[in-house]
Amino acid sequence: MNAPIARVFGVIVVMFALLIVWTSRWTVFDAQALRDNPLNQRTVIDEERIDRGEILAADGTVLAKSVPAPDHTFTRQYPTGSLFSQAIGYSVVQSGQEAGLELSDGQYLRGVNTGISAIIGQLGGGTQVGDNVDTSLDPKAQRLALQLLDGRDGSVVAIDPRTGAVKVMISLPTYNDNAPDANCGAPGCKQNDATQAQDVPGSTFKVVSTTAALDSGKFTPDSVVNGNSPLLVSGVPLENDSNQSWGPQTVTTALTYSINTIYAQIAQDTGRATMTEYMKRFGFYSKPPIDLPPDELIPSEPWTPSTPSRPYPPGSPNEDIGRIGIGQGGLLVTPLQMAMVVAAVANGGRLMAPHLTSSVVNPDGQTILTVKPTLYSQVMKSSTAQEISQMMRKVVEEGTGQPAELGGLSVAGKTGTASLGATGSGLTEPWFIGFAPATNPQIAIAVTIDRTDNGYGGTVAAPIASAVMKQLLSDNG
Amino acid sequence: MTARNRELFGLIPASLLVTAGFAAVFIQRSNALSNISLTYGAIFLGLCLAGHMVIRATLPYADPYMFPLVALLSCLGIVMIYRIDPTYARQQAQWFVLGLILFAATIVGFRDYRKLERYRYTIAVVSLGLLLLPRLPGIGDQVNGAYLAVHIPGVFEFQPTEFAKIGFVIFLASYLRDTRQVLVQGRRILGVTIPPLKHFGPVLVIWGLAMLILFTLHDVGSSLMFYGALLAILYVATSRLSFVVVGVIAFGLGAWYIGAHVPHIDARVQEWLHPLNPALYNGTDPSGASSFQLANSLFAQAAGGMFGQGFGQATLTVPGSHPVAYLLPAPSTDMIYAVITDELGLFGAAAVLIAYLMLIARGFKTAVLARDSFSTLLAVGLSSVLALQVFVIVGGVTRVIPLTGVTLPFISYGGSSIIANLVLLALLLLVSDRARRPA
Repeated sequence: MNAPIARVFGVIVVMFALLIVWTSRWTVFDAQALRDNPLNQRTVIDEERIDRGEILAADGTVLAKSVPAPDHTFTRQYPTGSLFSQAIGYSVVQSGQEAGLELSDGQYLRGVNTGISAIIGQLGGGTQVGDNVDTSLDPKAQRLALQLLDGRDGSVVAIDPRTGAVKVMISLPTYNDNAPDANCGAPGCKQNDATQAQDVPGSTFKVVSTTAALDSGKFTPDSVVNGNSPLLVSGVPLENDSNQSWGPQTVTTALTYSINTIYAQIAQDTGRATMTEYMKRFGFYSKPPIDLPPDELIPSEPWTPSTPSRPYPPGSPNEDIGRIGIGQGGLLVTPLQMAMVVAAVANGGRLMAPHLTSSVVNPDGQTILTVKPTLYSQVMKSSTAQEISQMMRKVVEEGTGQPAELGGLSVAGKTGTASLGATGSGLTEPWFIGFAPATNPQIAIAVTIDRTDNGYGGTVAAPIASAVMKQLLSDNG
Repeated sequence: MTARNRELFGLIPASLLVTAGFAAVFIQRSNALSNISLTYGAIFLGLCLAGHMVIRATLPYADPYMFPLVALLSCLGIVMIYRIDPTYARQQAQWFVLGLILFAATIVGFRDYRKLERYRYTIAVVSLGLLLLPRLPGIGDQVNGAYLAVHIPGVFEFQPTEFAKIGFVIFLASYLRDTRQVLVQGRRILGVTIPPLKHFGPVLVIWGLAMLILFTLHDVGSSLMFYGALLAILYVATSRLSFVVVGVIAFGLGAWYIGAHVPHIDARVQEWLHPLNPALYNGTDPSGASSFQLANSLFAQAAGGMFGQGFGQATLTVPGSHPVAYLLPAPSTDMIYAVITDELGLFGAAAVLIAYLMLIARGFKTAVLARDSFSTLLAVGLSSVLALQVFVIVGGVTRVIPLTGVTLPFISYGGSSIIANLVLLALLLLVSDRARRPA
């Protein structure tokens, strides 16, 4: 009977081998898919057990922290409430909802990438402790911006042009990230308008047109163009503000007083291809290279007048390049994009990639990541940047941007007052983009207010910009 | 070195495991550390030592590896159960004491176990009665649609199948010892030996029995466990593969027919085939199937990965839930293999399976060494039924076969399981002692 016994045992060995193979299927081969399965509550529970790192402002203010909850879990708190909610976002583990830096810096905040310390932590069976994320955000300036927006919808984005570090990023309407699901009373309040609004840039875009015109060699600041109004552009008359005819004027004067008809000609003469090339160098047509979730970023670009509207392909012959040159013609931009435009001019033509995160510090206090300034593109020659800086300084000294000049702060900038809606409705999108100090720029800023009643960039947006920049310059010592 | 000293040294791995395991669980819940709970490990090791002394006194020639392997598995079990619920661990230790008493009683009472043959029909009838007990109104207990337990509220609850499996193995080993010669002497038709009906009748009865279990208990796994072990005995007794082939086909056909007509079994098959289907997972499927347990078994194993999360680390309940919501239902009984995999990983789980395989290998070795047919068949049957029980529950938990609520021998929490399996071990040691006794 020995041979049958051996065979029966052989069958049992095969059956047990089957058990080991199946066990390895679930523990190794299919494990990731099982962990990612939406039915798997463990994934959520494991996340709840992570002591996520803090998100800190530049001055050490805690913007987000984890506090212990029952059964060794943690919940997230945002001590500054709605002040930073759009930039910081939120993390609600139970429902799997995350946004803002909480999402884009999640790998650091969860602490999965901190190497030795995390591995030892895992083996020891202790709580997984995440890394702290330091940001360049300035709470004082952010709070000031919030006050100055005074409840009006709009955005303020301030960047250090030398490094790309974002100092202020705020937009209204907003919400409280301690309760992201609560009704905040305004549609789209959870959207970060600084990176997702589709605003008409108006005359602020003339900085881009000027860059293309001067840097390509087609124009100099002293080139003279006829500024009579109206001018037929793409078969439709284009008027200056108050339909004023300026006669022959230099490009510098045209920027100082924001003369539309001259800029339409500059854009047309510079040419569609050159204009498109410079727009791309400034970052138009792509999502901004900032450390926020891609879903919370949109490209700035011209859109067709058709229904439904869609973006023109870059350099499309169908676009009205003359009107694009004055920031109309279907052009829709984000406040962040306009801040990048002015930051590039301020930094000698070198556009630095904007970023909120400045460093990541692990629980042992070691800095495991320092975000170094990275060049996004060399938009223009530094001599061109110099010329445009001087022209923008003149805008504030003599032209439409005079209200930005405040308390001895030398500001360079450009106003914009995009008319919205039907002609004569008086509905406007006031803008101011600028930098300070004009000769040694440390801050670049873009300010816009949505849908004002006859508000002008110079009177509505410029004072906010100059006050926030002043605060930032004093904070930096 | 004598066999008994080898056995004593064989207890070292078990003692190391119980020490390391309890230490790890204690470190994990340092807040729950108390002197009383610390003594569990020592008490349990003492019980293992007592078991060894019983064997040393009564069965000097018995296989020296079986008991240490069982001690190792039991120690792992007590650590896991303690980790899941300390109250269960205390009860399990008490059951272990009772199990060891019955273990000793079996060894002393059936020193000449061959006298069991005389009572084979009595044993068969009693076993059959045990199997049908859970269907008796008033005391029968239906769990997840299967009838596997007898429950008298406030008095006791036990799983008669655990005991019936031993009875049937004894009966069939004894019966086939008598009839194995005649079974192979039938007429050959198309290369298949058809034994005389009067001798083959009992084999048909076995098949009918398996179908009865399936039909009355609604349980594929138990039925597979009984039938598989009985086929193993039949094959070893007759050396006729044709019996096994015919038996497997007959079982398959019967299982398919009954499965299609008993909704509970069909639901189990659907859960097995589609555990991650959201409707089945949430129990909203009109069939009434619920794959929550099986899906979470897979999730638990995935959480364990290659090396596991460590003793005491697995997530068993939903944090902050009142009343406590179990992520993995029945973690200390049916699902204990998933908890082991979660905490010890693929390597730990494979080590457990290999320990079982070594124990079963010693059982088959005993069958080979045995000097009479009854002993051989008994050892084959007991080893096979143990192997199949492990296969049925681990296979269910790892989704090799539909999930069935039987225990993982020696590891799962449960008095019936621990007692019946210790009696099974006693019988194997008795056979082994006789087989290895110097002539």
